[in-house]
Amino acid sequence: MTAAWEPSERERDRRRLRRRARLRSAVIAAASTVAVAVVAGVGITRASGWPRVRQRFFSWSEITAAWPAARTGMIINLELFVVCGAAAAALGLLVALLRTLAGPVFLPLRLLAAAYTDLFRGLPVILVLYLVGFGVPALRLRGLPTDPLVLGGAALVLTYSAYVAEVFRAGIESVHPSQVAAARSLGLTHAQTMRRVVLPQAVRRVIPPLLNDAISLQKDSSLVSVLGVVDAVRAAQIATSAHFNYSPYVLAGLMFLAITVPLTRITDHLAARSARRRGTGIGAAGGGMR
Amino acid sequence: MTTGDAVGPGGPGGPAAPVLSVRGLVKLYGNTVVLRDITFEVGPGQAVVLVGGSGSGKSTLLRCLNLLESVDDGEILLAGEEITDPRVNADRIRRRIGVVFQAYNLFPHLTVLQNVTLAPILVHRVPRAAARERARELLGRIGLADKVDVYPDRLSGGQQQRLAIVRALATEPSLLLLDEITSALDPELVGEVLDLVGELKREGMPMVLATHEMAFARDIADEVLVLDGGLIIERGTPQRVLDESRQERTRRFLARIREPGPPGPGHAAGPVT
Repeated sequence: MTAAWEPSERERDRRRLRRRARLRSAVIAAASTVAVAVVAGVGITRASGWPRVRQRFFSWSEITAAWPAARTGMIINLELFVVCGAAAAALGLLVALLRTLAGPVFLPLRLLAAAYTDLFRGLPVILVLYLVGFGVPALRLRGLPTDPLVLGGAALVLTYSAYVAEVFRAGIESVHPSQVAAARSLGLTHAQTMRRVVLPQAVRRVIPPLLNDAISLQKDSSLVSVLGVVDAVRAAQIATSAHFNYSPYVLAGLMFLAITVPLTRITDHLAARSARRRGTGIGAAGGGMR
Repeated sequence: MTTGDAVGPGGPGGPAAPVLSVRGLVKLYGNTVVLRDITFEVGPGQAVVLVGGSGSGKSTLLRCLNLLESVDDGEILLAGEEITDPRVNADRIRRRIGVVFQAYNLFPHLTVLQNVTLAPILVHRVPRAAARERARELLGRIGLADKVDVYPDRLSGGQQQRLAIVRALATEPSLLLLDEITSALDPELVGEVLDLVGELKREGMPMVLATHEMAFARDIADEVLVLDGGLIIERGTPQRVLDESRQERTRRFLARIREPGPPGPGHAAGPVT
């Protein structure tokens, strides 16, 4: 073993300077954070309407009273999130794959897939909810569901699968054509190339944007309340109108945040990781590539 | 050997039947003719080297040969079978032709071993265990036996390109197409890749190569075709074409690509060991 390296006097000086600079930054950051918090806190609590607002929006007794109903509602939101999320992912992938099919035979399928994404990406979710939720039962066809929860879920799947299809399509198109050339040269068919070469690379790249859509879906699951489903938001609304106190809304908001904030963190983490992975090598360093 | 009337379109013909025979091949991009009247043959164990500047049509020709590009006239026969017939299943033809690309085109999401076994298992229905064993054998041969489970981005450029060659060999093709396979490599890594190709040639693998490595072309080629503007402007043995060229354009091209290399018009014009 060679002798251990000892930093020079100059380097020790530099380190002392850096330490001091770091300490100073930390103190300034802490002080400014506290100052902003105090100003905001004092400003709000000194406001003439604050006691009223606190009583109307942050009443602990109202919150605890609304909790059981809101919790039951939140379970419906979570069910919708999980089931619709999985269904939208599967349907979105199918639509994206249909759009990659080559050949005249598949023209109707390609057109159908394109029209599908155009239509459901272009319509406001709430309209799709009304059309499906009130339109389908009005058909009076036997065998079609009439449960507003199922119909609302179906509407969410229709809208979100269109978004997800576009995300998958972008991912598929981001895989370099030379990968397809290599796979086809080895004799793989179009389907084998998609499944074994293109999709594994595409899916990895689109996981962060897909999680973004998942977070939106979790929030939009509350829109099924327009069909009469009692989800967390609807339950809060009912509790609110009982005593003319908005605290249950705050409760519902906190419940959504409890789900969406961790999801957002996971998304950020994954996005940062894939950026790091792609950031290897000089060629990828410049940032603005692709 | 080079004029191909011996084999009719009917069948594989006699003992010296060509592996590949190209007759009057034409390729258009829109109204631009990128390949015109290309005719040549690759006999068993033979290597045909395509030489020419960028844009001369070498890569397009190679892509036509394995049907990655459609052909606009003429015909290509693989072991006597006309593969330019629109009714031919292109996937079935590509299984019989190995391709190595300039940029390796390895699959980044698969390990070294999986890169090699993908096509044998999926396309040729080789049992998994047998495909793995064969892949390990091939990887051992190029000194990558201890890298089977790493991903290609951990390999050097030379290792990646040798892996790409082995991936093409794993399907036991009857013809190998090599498209400027050393152009993306650092100069000191070129030798190890060319050595492997030379070995394959000695083992009798028929091949068509596009290359700028003239010393290598001299060693390996049975016939050299010089392409310019989509035409074969000169052809013959390496000695005939590379040393005694009668074409001004060929000589100019050769001078251009020899310039950066070490001097010596005879041998060792490229970093071949």
